[in-house]
Amino acid sequence: MATVVAASDAPRAQLTEIWETPRGLLGTLTSVDHKTIGKRYLVTAIAFFIIGGLEAAVMRAQLVHSNMHLVSPEAYNQLFTMHGVTMIFLFASPVLSGFSNYLWPLMIGARDMAFPRVNALSYWTFLLAGIFLYSSFLVGQAPDGGWFAYVPMTARAYSPGLNIDFYTLGLIYLGMSTTIGAVNFIATFFTVRAPGMSLNRVPIILWGTLTVSFLIVFFMPSLTVASIFLYLDRTIGTHFFDPANGGHPLLWQHLFWIFGHPWVYIVVLPAMGLASDMIPTFCRRPLAGYTFVALATIATGVVGSGVWIHHMFATGLPPMAMSFFSGASMTVTIPSGVSIVAWLATMWYGRPVFKVPFLFMIGFIILFVIGGVNGVMTAPVPFDLQLTDTYFIVAHIHYVLLGINVFPVFGALYYWLPKMTGRMLSERLGRWVFWLMFIGMNLAFFPMHITGMLGMPRRIYTYPSGMGWDAANLISTVGAYVFAVGVLLFLVDLVRSLRVGPLAGNNPWDAPTLEWSTTSPPPPYNFAVLPTVRSRYPLWEDRLHDGATSIVDQGPVLDDGRETIGTSALDADPMAVIHMPADSAWPLLLALALTVVFYALLAVSWTWTAIGFLLVFICLAGWLSPSRIARAGGGT
Amino acid sequence: MATAAVAAALPPNAYAAHSSGRWGMRLLIVTESSFFAYLLFSYFYLGSMASTWPPGGPPALTIAAPDTVILLFSSVTLWWAEKGIERGVQARLRAGLLITFVLGAVFLVLQGVEWSQKTFTPQTSAYGSLYFTVTGFHGAHVAAGLLMNLVVQFWAWRGFFSAKRHELVSNAALYWHFVDAVWIAVFTSLYLIPRLT
Repeated sequence: MATVVAASDAPRAQLTEIWETPRGLLGTLTSVDHKTIGKRYLVTAIAFFIIGGLEAAVMRAQLVHSNMHLVSPEAYNQLFTMHGVTMIFLFASPVLSGFSNYLWPLMIGARDMAFPRVNALSYWTFLLAGIFLYSSFLVGQAPDGGWFAYVPMTARAYSPGLNIDFYTLGLIYLGMSTTIGAVNFIATFFTVRAPGMSLNRVPIILWGTLTVSFLIVFFMPSLTVASIFLYLDRTIGTHFFDPANGGHPLLWQHLFWIFGHPWVYIVVLPAMGLASDMIPTFCRRPLAGYTFVALATIATGVVGSGVWIHHMFATGLPPMAMSFFSGASMTVTIPSGVSIVAWLATMWYGRPVFKVPFLFMIGFIILFVIGGVNGVMTAPVPFDLQLTDTYFIVAHIHYVLLGINVFPVFGALYYWLPKMTGRMLSERLGRWVFWLMFIGMNLAFFPMHITGMLGMPRRIYTYPSGMGWDAANLISTVGAYVFAVGVLLFLVDLVRSLRVGPLAGNNPWDAPTLEWSTTSPPPPYNFAVLPTVRSRYPLWEDRLHDGATSIVDQGPVLDDGRETIGTSALDADPMAVIHMPADSAWPLLLALALTVVFYALLAVSWTWTAIGFLLVFICLAGWLSPSRIARAGGGT
Repeated sequence: MATAAVAAALPPNAYAAHSSGRWGMRLLIVTESSFFAYLLFSYFYLGSMASTWPPGGPPALTIAAPDTVILLFSSVTLWWAEKGIERGVQARLRAGLLITFVLGAVFLVLQGVEWSQKTFTPQTSAYGSLYFTVTGFHGAHVAAGLLMNLVVQFWAWRGFFSAKRHELVSNAALYWHFVDAVWIAVFTSLYLIPRLT
């Protein structure tokens, strides 16, 4: 039975015993703590960011001057493909999952995610899918068809190696991981928010991640279907994309971009949410237009899922279809504009404090506007036809992904790492990091608008002299290396902070949301007593004078086992005490079993595939074993 | 304060329609439905470009129609089993699960027979690729449903479920109904719609 006690009287030792993951190898492999999983996501994603960055560094060295032959054309193809796949699939989305995994339960006053073991499964499958994709380098056959791998170039006839099989299977596996994570976010959003945290009181990051989780659930299967078709075409000789036998190459493009365009929003909406939650702290006032920003987030997701054709303007579709999708693409600017106005209004009416995370927010807004403008330039069909497949598009995608993903992410690292590690990063080094990244980014990618308009096609491994592209390419390369120095300096700052950084305390930024009410780093059980929420900014209520009285210093302890409060979907009225599972080895074992399946499919070995599926079945049955059912029954 | 007091009085209650497990199953069904929607989109997309679709005329209903009835009936028997355990009747749960399993297995066997009678293979044409991929993935889902049925049955015979506590039965049943609903979509798209033109 749950009783209400003051936070100071909570039995912390007992809670620690219930929630703490034991030390040692077994604990490491079986932990289902959302904070551990969140940090693992962040570390793994940033490791992939560095690997993808090194691939870019080689490419920029190759392109620094005309007629360079640092790498072979084959190697260059693998480099730009894996650079794109890594940054888009293994960094941009997982890094946001890392923040959401770490922050959600702390922000909504819960002890963990709705499905702690499923959460562990989504991490292990992400890690193993990443390793699966990168193991292609061991046999020298990394994916080489570009990140969108158009057929027929990627059909068996023109790409006989394993390269594209690594790609199709890797993306199917990674898609499973992403979908598993999305299901967990949706269930968490609707079941375990703290009592009183009604829909209009959740931090914006929850709206961002919730919207993209729905996009993932609806659109990820499109990529899965496309990848399955391509895998079957390549291995057993089906004809999905083969026009000689009733198939069609454009089917690939449709299926890819039905997924691919929503994916752009999947990697930016949560990052915009992070920004919406950081900007009020540094402007010392609530976010202007909370409701509009929340609605704009959802609207961007909805409109953004109906614009995929704009990636295919150059494929000879009927003009009517192209006009419709061109119009829809321009419509996306409206909700984006709403968010930008809200951030600017928050700054205008606030009293900004220019700490490092806030610098990244300003950089983010500037890059967002540039990336939005050069994007909307290509929404009209005639302009797109001139610039598609040139460096202009490379400039656009990098302004969007660096601007709306990487900059908010680095701002968020400076903002939330003190909560995770308990130690501050350096303001002085942080300013260097910001300016190096901001200047390097613009130096690298702004000239690409020019080289694109001068006709330089993307994905060429070298170019002749006398095209007028040399100077701009030199500047781009210098910019890329300046950016890399910024990232390196961040790593230096991180290591320094972990060793000698000043202690952060509970709330170093005087921020308003629940995660700052607990210690840094938070205890295994997150909150000694579960809070009751009455406003959007529970920690600012005394100075906002809006009459709200959230309770963070007393509440139910729930110390009968791993438990959290289940609340209703809309108003977060308390409904039940939910029993949470303990640490478990099954998520890792299941992920390993799935890995067996995917390597077996790669080798086209049906025996091993069957063995793999048998292992998967055993793990699933073990996961749901009867003893757990009996135990989960609690008192009944 | 009032809310905290209410929360303090809450019963441990992990088994209700709003439980997290039910959310997980619903979302799995949503994403799997999307998966089949894209498969059928591909079928209609390639069909819209072909001069004759399906190439050999609409597939025969001789096996598929009775097979459809069998699969739909298996949803009824499972519903009967679930209603049984809701009232605490173990025998109805066990019998219903068993009958459902047999019906599902018969469906798969009949589909295997129909496959073996086809004059084309997945390698013959894009239509063949689609026909076998779509029905194959549906068949794989039926097989997954049957495995789920086996696991639930194993526990049902050992008396793990009760009127209060049978969430796993409900979730497995929801999945089975979904697999049946997908078949209606597949059957309509592949077997019935070609007959309309």
